[in-house]
Amino acid sequence: MGSILSGAEAASLVRSLPGVDAVGLEARAAGLGTRSVKKASKAAAIDMAIGMIDLTTLEGADTPGKVRALCAKAVRPDGDAPPVAAVCVYPSMAAVAAEALKGSGVNVASVATGFPAGQVPLEVRLADTESAVRSGADEIDMVINRGAFLSGDLERVFGEIKAVKAACGDARLKVILETGELVTYDNVRRASFLAMYAGADFIKTSTGKVGVNATLPVTLLMMQAVRDFRRETGVQVGVKPAGGIRNTKDAIKYLVCVNEVLGENWLSPHWFRFGASSLLNDLLMQRQKLKTGNYSGPNYVTVD
Amino acid sequence: MFEYAPAPESVRPEIREHYGLFIDGKFADAEDGATFKSVNPSNEEVLFTVAEAGEADVETAVAAARRAHETVWGPMSGTERGKYLFRIARLLQERAREFAVAESIDNGKPIKETRDFDVPTAAQHFFYHAGWADKLEYAGLGADPRPLGVIGQVIPWNFPLLMLAWKIAPALACGNTVVLKPAETTPLTALMFAELCAEADLPPGVVNILPGAGATGAALVDSPVDKVAFTGSTAVGRAIAKAVAGSKKKLTLELGGKAANIVYDDAPIDQAVEGIVNGIFFNQGHVCCAGSRLLVQESIAEDVLERLKDRVATLRVGDPLDKNTDVGAVNSAEQLERIKSLTEAGSDEGAESWQPACELPERGFWFRPTVFTGVQQSMRIAREEIFGPVLSVLTFRTPDEAIAKANNTPYGLSAGVWTEQGSKILWTAERLRAGVVWANTFNQFDAASPFGGLKESGYGREGGRQGLEAYLDV
Repeated sequence: MGSILSGAEAASLVRSLPGVDAVGLEARAAGLGTRSVKKASKAAAIDMAIGMIDLTTLEGADTPGKVRALCAKAVRPDGDAPPVAAVCVYPSMAAVAAEALKGSGVNVASVATGFPAGQVPLEVRLADTESAVRSGADEIDMVINRGAFLSGDLERVFGEIKAVKAACGDARLKVILETGELVTYDNVRRASFLAMYAGADFIKTSTGKVGVNATLPVTLLMMQAVRDFRRETGVQVGVKPAGGIRNTKDAIKYLVCVNEVLGENWLSPHWFRFGASSLLNDLLMQRQKLKTGNYSGPNYVTVD
Repeated sequence: MFEYAPAPESVRPEIREHYGLFIDGKFADAEDGATFKSVNPSNEEVLFTVAEAGEADVETAVAAARRAHETVWGPMSGTERGKYLFRIARLLQERAREFAVAESIDNGKPIKETRDFDVPTAAQHFFYHAGWADKLEYAGLGADPRPLGVIGQVIPWNFPLLMLAWKIAPALACGNTVVLKPAETTPLTALMFAELCAEADLPPGVVNILPGAGATGAALVDSPVDKVAFTGSTAVGRAIAKAVAGSKKKLTLELGGKAANIVYDDAPIDQAVEGIVNGIFFNQGHVCCAGSRLLVQESIAEDVLERLKDRVATLRVGDPLDKNTDVGAVNSAEQLERIKSLTEAGSDEGAESWQPACELPERGFWFRPTVFTGVQQSMRIAREEIFGPVLSVLTFRTPDEAIAKANNTPYGLSAGVWTEQGSKILWTAERLRAGVVWANTFNQFDAASPFGGLKESGYGREGGRQGLEAYLDV
């Protein structure tokens, strides 16, 4: 959606949001975390989670060979396991990924806007975005200007997201809030709404490059934000926790949250993603365990 | 659609076919041979039979408790008493899962709650009071506080093991011996606790458990005990107060409530909704301090109600032993009838009832979570304690009106306040006539925190330093 608000209007709306009670939020997340998902529902949840993964490699040492290996795994992770949702790479690798994933149905997601810090001039961030889109990215994962946000310049953050959204063209825009740097839940809620008012298609927790990445309470809070945003505007926005989700048990906790807070509408790769790399192998191992009854081991899934 | 497969708890405790009375360290049948049955409220199947204590048994038990107090427990040093209590606490922890399942089966409450709340909190009460046993002279209640002697205790069916812990742990820590009557619908965990006392080598007669109904309780109140401690309905509490009047018996009462949960327009809304749900649907609303009256500021009432209904629709009602169940069975047919008759009165008096479309099991005692809107202060559902999963929603315009409505009840056990403004929390809490006021949370309990009521919700405190006073001669 295009934004219909001015920066000043968005900033004022965001500042008037009700507060978040940290104790209550964390208690609710912990409560949802106790759901017991077993047997058939676990098998279904594992396949659903695999299909929601943005299989990610964001290293300085990434090479075309490494990205191609990851793309092959993304399309056919293991036997009859479903493909993942997207492969997430740096802009310099977007073209390689686009070539490798052509016709597979797996999307190319590229980080952009001077990922992960975003501490480069706006024109460079926009050029970064345009280049990634030209290279074949279907989805852009941008970072917000945390410095501007924390200094209170919400209008600037709003304007920048809007500009990146325009540079995305048809690509879907995921807005990374970097919640580990925003620190407070109140900030996370404000940043979520600011991003959505500015036209985000997805709000995403983290880059995976700072000390604190996705947590269940933060993601729950962002789910409540997209739920409220749809109630208010009719526009549905996706959620992507990223960083630190490494095993099946954790992934299922997130799916339980989606199920109970957002409901069926969001239980699809179009609206919910996991930004992860090692999670996929754990899901595959759990999948094998459910099928065969035996735990295999790391040598029965591929290293990438 | 993401469905959760059934996740039944796999541990099954050994439930005997028949239990006796626990007197002087031994199980024995009632002198007159009377028994009654305990029923699983989630499927109406008979679980076991149990001896029903009569007057003669009460006499024997009180005499055993007196003997134990005079010869063993009273003279014992606090340090030694503390060791026994620590041992009981550890045994409870070790057998937590077994107790949690047994409680769920006998009471109907979800395993999630017995596992995460009832049993751990009960163990915490024993640990906490074990620590007090050798420090009573530092409790600020005088230089050398003495035990009262033999305590008669009568507890309700809503938190059978936890209420037992609230009663027995401080009584024993202070050097008293006890005769306790569990509720007639939920004697199981009290009897398992009796077995645990034997396992802990607790001297015979220190803890005596007498299952039975109202007559047993009345006999215990009339027996030569030094103090009566009762948790239950205000009507029974009143009768007990009359019965002990003019005697030397001390009395503490923890009775009913009709708590107001006040949500101001600057509240953290999502957390407030959680607090409303936890306040009234925790333990099927069988909670004396349940937040059964929601007082929400008119300007946000519509928004809060919409969110509340969405949230209540996700509650999973059903098999108490399924780990994903949020709301279990109503404890008894009798209680179910009471809930039904009061909710019918609510509809008849013009309140609008809403329930989620959840399916209920065919057998057993079940009631859907219910939200009444358009409730007026004069309606029965706003004044009488329903003791079920039924919320009455009222609105207010100003803080003064909220206080006036919240306090407009004969009860005064608990209340809740929701606002992001610290000063408003203090302003409100100062004016609420309730023993416990929760701010931006609800139904939180801790052994270190005193709990008890004002007005017709009773007197005396349980838990914390203040709770010791109820079991000491100071």
